Amino acid sequence: MAGNKEIDAVTGVETTGHVWDGDLKELNKPLPKWWLYVLYASIVWSIGYWVLYPTWPGIDGYTRGILGYSQRAEVMKDVALAKQSQASFLEAIASKPIEEIEKNPDLMEFVLRGGATQFGNNCAPCHGKGAQGFKGYPNLNDDDWLWGGSNEAIQNTISYGIRSGHEKAHEGAMPRFGLDQLLTNAQISDTADYVLSLSGAAGDAAAIERGKAVFAEQCAACHGADAKGNLELGAPNLTDAIWLYGGRKADVEETVRNGRGGVMPAWEGKLDPVTIKMLAIYVHSLGGGK
Amino acid sequence: MKSTSEEVIAVSGALGVMSAALFAILGGVLAFAGLDEVIRIHGLLIAVAAIGAGLYIMANPRKGGLEEQQSYMDGPIKFATLAAVFWGVVGFLVGDVIAWQLAFPVLNFDLPWTNFGRLRPLHTSAVIFAFGGNVLIATSLYVVQRTSRARLAGYWTPWFVVFGYQLFIVLAATGYILGATQSKEYAEPEWYVDLWLTIVWVAYLLVFLGTLWKRKEPHIYVANWFYLAFIVTIAMLHIVNNLAIPISLLSSKSYSLFAGVQDAMTQWWYGHNAVGFFLTAGFLGIMYYFIPKRVERPVYSYRLSIIHFWSLIFLYIWAGPHHLHYTALPDWAQTLGMTFSIMLWMPSWGGMINGLMTLSGAWDRLRTDPVVRLLVVSVAFYGMSTFEGPLMSIKAVNSLSHYTDWTIGHVHSGALGWVGMVSFGAIYCLVPWLWKREGLYSLRLVEWHFWIATIGIVLYISSMWVSGVMQGLMWRAYDHLGFLTYSFVETVEAMYWPYIIRATGGLLFVIGSLMMAWNVWKTVQGAKPVDIKQQPRVAAAPELRTGLLAHPAE
Repeated sequence: MAGNKEIDAVTGVETTGHVWDGDLKELNKPLPKWWLYVLYASIVWSIGYWVLYPTWPGIDGYTRGILGYSQRAEVMKDVALAKQSQASFLEAIASKPIEEIEKNPDLMEFVLRGGATQFGNNCAPCHGKGAQGFKGYPNLNDDDWLWGGSNEAIQNTISYGIRSGHEKAHEGAMPRFGLDQLLTNAQISDTADYVLSLSGAAGDAAAIERGKAVFAEQCAACHGADAKGNLELGAPNLTDAIWLYGGRKADVEETVRNGRGGVMPAWEGKLDPVTIKMLAIYVHSLGGGK
Repeated sequence: MKSTSEEVIAVSGALGVMSAALFAILGGVLAFAGLDEVIRIHGLLIAVAAIGAGLYIMANPRKGGLEEQQSYMDGPIKFATLAAVFWGVVGFLVGDVIAWQLAFPVLNFDLPWTNFGRLRPLHTSAVIFAFGGNVLIATSLYVVQRTSRARLAGYWTPWFVVFGYQLFIVLAATGYILGATQSKEYAEPEWYVDLWLTIVWVAYLLVFLGTLWKRKEPHIYVANWFYLAFIVTIAMLHIVNNLAIPISLLSSKSYSLFAGVQDAMTQWWYGHNAVGFFLTAGFLGIMYYFIPKRVERPVYSYRLSIIHFWSLIFLYIWAGPHHLHYTALPDWAQTLGMTFSIMLWMPSWGGMINGLMTLSGAWDRLRTDPVVRLLVVSVAFYGMSTFEGPLMSIKAVNSLSHYTDWTIGHVHSGALGWVGMVSFGAIYCLVPWLWKREGLYSLRLVEWHFWIATIGIVLYISSMWVSGVMQGLMWRAYDHLGFLTYSFVETVEAMYWPYIIRATGGLLFVIGSLMMAWNVWKTVQGAKPVDIKQQPRVAAAPELRTGLLAHPAE
C-alpha cells in the first residue's frame, strides 16, 4: 500500500510502501548507473554487429551486412587454402611409385606425418595408438604379417579389408574344428600341445607326438607342413611365439575348437587412394615392413 | 460460504476419482495391448498410480470448512520438498557414477541399462526436472500462498500436480533405462510421457494463477513474476519442442515433427530456454523470496527488479542459436543468437545485484548463518556463469569452447553452484518453517555441507576448464605440413586426470547432499536441534516467532 512508504534506517533509501508476508519490503533504489550503461553498451555493440554481419530475416532472404560475410564462403576459402598447400605433395604421392617416394626425404616426411595422423584417427581404435595391437588385432610394429608385409600388400589389405564384404577382401577363416566335430576334445588338446611346442613351450612328449599327426592331417594344408603359415590364406606362422589370440593352452584350444575370423573393414571409399597409400607406407615404416 | 465449498469439494473429489478411473483404464490398455515392452511397463505404472490415487481420494474425504480454508495448504509442499531431497541425492549420485565411467569405462559394466548413454539422460533429468522441478514446485506453491495471503487454489489439484509430477519423473527415468528416448537433449521422454507432463503442467499453472487471483495483497510480489514466467514459458517450450507423431498409439516410439536444421533450432530454442526459464527465472523466484526473508532486509531495488525481469525474459528467448554456431544453421540466426546473448549479460546480472545487495546492512549474517552463505554463494555462482555464458556465445570463443568439456564446466558452475546451492538454502529455510520446528536439526551440519559442496564445485569446474581448453586447443592444432597434430584418441587420453578430479569433486557434492538429507530427515522427525542457540530467530517456523502474519486473510 503506497501509503506505507518509509525510510530504511540502514541505507536511508525509501521503500515502495508494499509489504508482503509480514516483513517483505522493497527499496525504491534507482538502477545502478554502471549497470545501465553496460546494458546500453551491449545494445549498441549488438546493433553495430548487425550492421556488419548477416542478421535480420525478412520475407525473402535476410540483411547481408556490409562486410558481406558468409560462414560457408569462409570455410570454403580455408579448405581451398589447406588443399592448395598440400596439393603438390599429394599429386607427387599419387603419381609416383612407392619405391620412388621412399627415396625422397621431403615426400617421406609428409607421408609419415600424414600417415601418423590418419592412423591415429582411423586405425588406432583397434590397433592401438602405437600400432601395438590388442588381442585379435595384430601388432603392426613387428615383421609377423598375416597377409603380407610389402607396401603393396599392406595397401591392398587397407583398401579391401579382411572378411569385410568387399569383393576383393581377403577371405578364408580358421575352421571350427571342435564345433563342427572335425576333431575330438582330446585331439584338440594334443594339437594345442604340439602347436605350442613349435614356439618352444614344453609339454607332454606323447601328446605332442599325437598332436603332430593331427596337425599334419588337418592343419598343414593352410599353415604349411613346417607351420610357418601362408600369406595367401592369412594363415599365421605358428613357430614365432607371436599369438594373435593369446598363447596359453586354453587360448590355442579355443582357437582350434571355435575357429577364428577377425574382420578388418575395407577403407576404399572411406579414405581416398592417396591417404591409403600414405597409410600403407606409414605402417610399412613402423619396423616390420618387407 | 461453507456450504458452497462443501459442494465444490464433493465435485473435486468426484472429478478426481473419475480421472483416476480414466487413467487406470488407459494404463490398463497400454499394459495389455502395448506393442513394445516399454509402453507395457509404463501402462502398468500408470494404471497402478491411477488406482492408488483414486483409492486415496475415496479413503480421505476432505473436510473443507473454515478451518481448512483459513490455513495454508502445505501438504503438497512438504511432499515436494522431501521428493526434491530424494531425487537430488539420486541425481547427483548417478551424475558421479557417469563421471567415473568417463575415467574408467569398465564401470559401464557392459550392460545396456548401465551404460553412459542411458545413465546420462537419467542424470540430467533427475537433477534438472526431478530435483530442480520439485524445488520449484515446493517453493513456488509456498511463496505464492504467503505473498498473496491466500490458500492454494483447488482442493485435489495441488496434490495432483505434485503426485503427477513424480509419476512423470518415474516414467521418464524408467524409459531411459529401458532405452526409450526421442533423442532430444533434456527432452528425451517419449510422446505419451510428454502428454502426461503437459496435463500436470497445465494443472500447475492453474493452481498458481488461481492462487494469485485470490490474493489479498494489492501487488504481486516479484518472486511470483519470475515463477509465473517460468511456468508459462516452460509450457510453451515443452509443447512445441515435443511435437511428434507416434508410430502407433500403442507404441512408445515417435518421430519429431521437425527435421534437419529446423529440428536442431527448435531443440536449442527449447534447450537454451529450459536453462533460461527453468533454471534461471524459476530459481530467481526462489532468490527473491528466500534471501530477503532469511536476512530480514528489504529487496535492494524494486526498479532494478522490474527492468531486469522484463529485459531478461524478452532477451533470453532469442539466445538459443548460440548452441549451433558453425553448423548448418544460417549465418543470420547465429548472429542473432550471439548478440542477444551479449545483451543478456546485464539483465542476468540485475538479478545478481538485487540478490547480493539485499544483504546491505546484514552482511554479518554471512558469517553467522551458513544458510545465508549458501544463498549468497549461489548468487555469486549465478553471476559468474551468466558472465561466462555470453562470453562463450561469442563466435570466436565458441570456436574453441564448442563440444569441449568447457561447456560441461560452464553448465555445472550454473547447475551445482547456482541452482544447487540456492535450492539447498531454500530447503534449509523451508523444512523448519513447514514442519513448524524451532530450527534445523543441526546448523553445524549445514556449515559442513556448505564447505564440502563448495570445494566439490571448485574441483569440478576448474578441472573442466582445464580439460575443455586443452581439448579445444588439441583439436585445432595443425603442424607445418597441414596435418592435425593430435588424433582424437590422444585428446581423450589427455582428459584422464581432469576426469578423475571432476569425479572427485562430484563425489564431495554427493556427500554434501547426503548430509542435507540426514539433516532434513532429523528435522522432519522433530529431533531436538543440537545447536539451537547458534541458530538465528528466522530459522524457526513463523508461527513460533512473534509479530509475523502466519495465516491467510480469509
